[in-house]
Amino acid sequence: MESVLVGVDRSDGSRRAVKFALDRARVNSWRVALVHVIHWSPYSFSTPQENETRHVRRQAEIEQAQTEIINPLLRWIDSEVPDHDIEVTTEIRHGRPSEMLADLAEEGPYDLLVVGRTGESHLRAAIFGSTPYRLVQHAPVAVVVVP
Amino acid sequence: MTSLTAVPMAAESGWLASIEDTINSWFEPIAYWSTTIIFYPIPFFGTEAPIVTFWLVAAGLIFTIYYGAVQFRGFKTSLEVVRGRYSHKADEGEVTHFQALTAALSGTVGLGNIAGVGVAVVIGGPGATFWMILAGLLGMATKFAECTLGVRYREVHEDGSVTGGPFRYLPIAFARFGRLPAKVLTGIYAVAIMLFGVAGGNMFQANQTFAQAQEVTGGDDGFLGSDGAALIFGLILAGLVAAVIIGGIKSIARVTSKLVPAMAIIYVTACLIVIFRNVDQIPGAIADIITGAFNPSGVAGGVVGVVIVGFQRAAFSNEAGLGSAAIAHSPVKTRRPVSEGFVALLEPFIDTVIICTMTALTIIIAAPTLYTEALTTEDTAVPDGVVVTSEAFETVIPDFPVILAVAVALFAFSTLITWSYYGLRAWTTLFGRSTFSENLFKLIFCLFTVTGTVLTFDQVLGFADSMLFLCAFVNLAGVYLLMPVVKREMKEYFADRKSGELSREAAEPPPTKSGAGA
Repeated sequence: MESVLVGVDRSDGSRRAVKFALDRARVNSWRVALVHVIHWSPYSFSTPQENETRHVRRQAEIEQAQTEIINPLLRWIDSEVPDHDIEVTTEIRHGRPSEMLADLAEEGPYDLLVVGRTGESHLRAAIFGSTPYRLVQHAPVAVVVVP
Repeated sequence: MTSLTAVPMAAESGWLASIEDTINSWFEPIAYWSTTIIFYPIPFFGTEAPIVTFWLVAAGLIFTIYYGAVQFRGFKTSLEVVRGRYSHKADEGEVTHFQALTAALSGTVGLGNIAGVGVAVVIGGPGATFWMILAGLLGMATKFAECTLGVRYREVHEDGSVTGGPFRYLPIAFARFGRLPAKVLTGIYAVAIMLFGVAGGNMFQANQTFAQAQEVTGGDDGFLGSDGAALIFGLILAGLVAAVIIGGIKSIARVTSKLVPAMAIIYVTACLIVIFRNVDQIPGAIADIITGAFNPSGVAGGVVGVVIVGFQRAAFSNEAGLGSAAIAHSPVKTRRPVSEGFVALLEPFIDTVIICTMTALTIIIAAPTLYTEALTTEDTAVPDGVVVTSEAFETVIPDFPVILAVAVALFAFSTLITWSYYGLRAWTTLFGRSTFSENLFKLIFCLFTVTGTVLTFDQVLGFADSMLFLCAFVNLAGVYLLMPVVKREMKEYFADRKSGELSREAAEPPPTKSGAGA
């Protein structure tokens, strides 16, 4: 059975990507993994006080992503694609979205990566290039960019 | 971190001046007695040196021998660890080695690197640089030991936050003497680090920030030279500190924590510009440093005098032996405490061997008048260290003193924030963790920020230095008692690195989601 990895965030673009993946997963009986990557860098600067509570805040960030992004998305899937028998898994990670998705695709192993064309961070994308742009260049598997 | 620069600046008249005078006169006996009793100068080959200098250098030497020159043997390992080569993939989002290192550096890189070195080369001549570098190299072994222990005995609290450092390992180290002595010694350490935090990490920084701000705005005649300006400046600075530590306004802390590394890079770049604009003088400067180290001219106390000046400046700049850095290193996410020791040994290297040497070379090569005059006379008055460094830059980059003033302010501010945290952890060790007691400490801390700007300088410094000695004495005694623990872990780590076990560990998937203290 083939499996497909979908990068998700709060944006409408990522919902369209999920819809795209689910529609094809139903026909081809793929497994679908929804992954949200919380932006984080191992080389950022922080104060000792922040470091002391980092572990706590990390847990809080993951819980927040679960309740604000993943859970609403799962409910939305149930309403958009009712009565499906697709195997949907979810995961929340910390890292740079493009690198993390590419790494996961390699380790998975996944056969396909699906992302929305526009995500949450317009400013960052304008300056540093967007996640889909980077994925297309670096991902080890085929990438579908959903408009 | 501290420095022997003297900037007396009490207001001249008016009611603000009388407040300053009151604070000064109230503080004077405390500073006097703590300096005389605790910071006792030892006569040494015809000159005198504070006992703390010997204590710190001896520790560096002992640890270097005991751990088989780990700072050289393990240097490559250190770089691998800090780059995350042996970090678990599943630990993303936790505190990385890099983040623990930079957080600890924010407390050490500061005025000591700029002002302290200025003082060192003026009093001790170019040769002081050599001994400063040597002391920095020895300090790496001390940091290695204390930071490994800081992580090894850290505590994961109920809420998931992680604290460690001397407050955790000292009770274990001293436990063999019974519960009460262990408690008392840890208590003494906590009091000392809290007081040093308030004096050296707070009042001194506030004092020097104001001194440099006053300097670039026209000295006594500028708008900060007016009556009571120190008090108002202190209130504003304290307000900013309060906004961060009491108000929890993270944006200020975040901006500072990003600007400080940028400033450090700008500073080192400026040093390199000055050095390479005078590229033909580099061999001469290096020759001066080496001849000055063993055969100095115009230095009080001769070669011993130079050694002491160099060692003292290095020790005060990189904080090795105080145990403070062990607090900052402890929340790192790792399964091997000694891995953080390897990272921590980079701290004196960056702080002393790189940045302090840059400052020293800049001054020696640019040769500002304050420095050249000092070389020809033996009885050099202690100058304002920032001014010496500032003048050296001015010879090549005329506008740099203003940038330097900004850098000094930022370094001072980040050191202040970091020390407020060290002080707070000392306070909670003594009085327990509660919101009320924590806020009380933070309030007291801010009051002392104001006090720092209005106090005449000698009193602040004498007080800070005496507390530094107390910290170093108790902390290193504890580290000695536990040093076999570190050695065992070090041997294991080296062996596992060689056999490839470390790389395998990093690659293996985590069994379950575990706590930060795993």
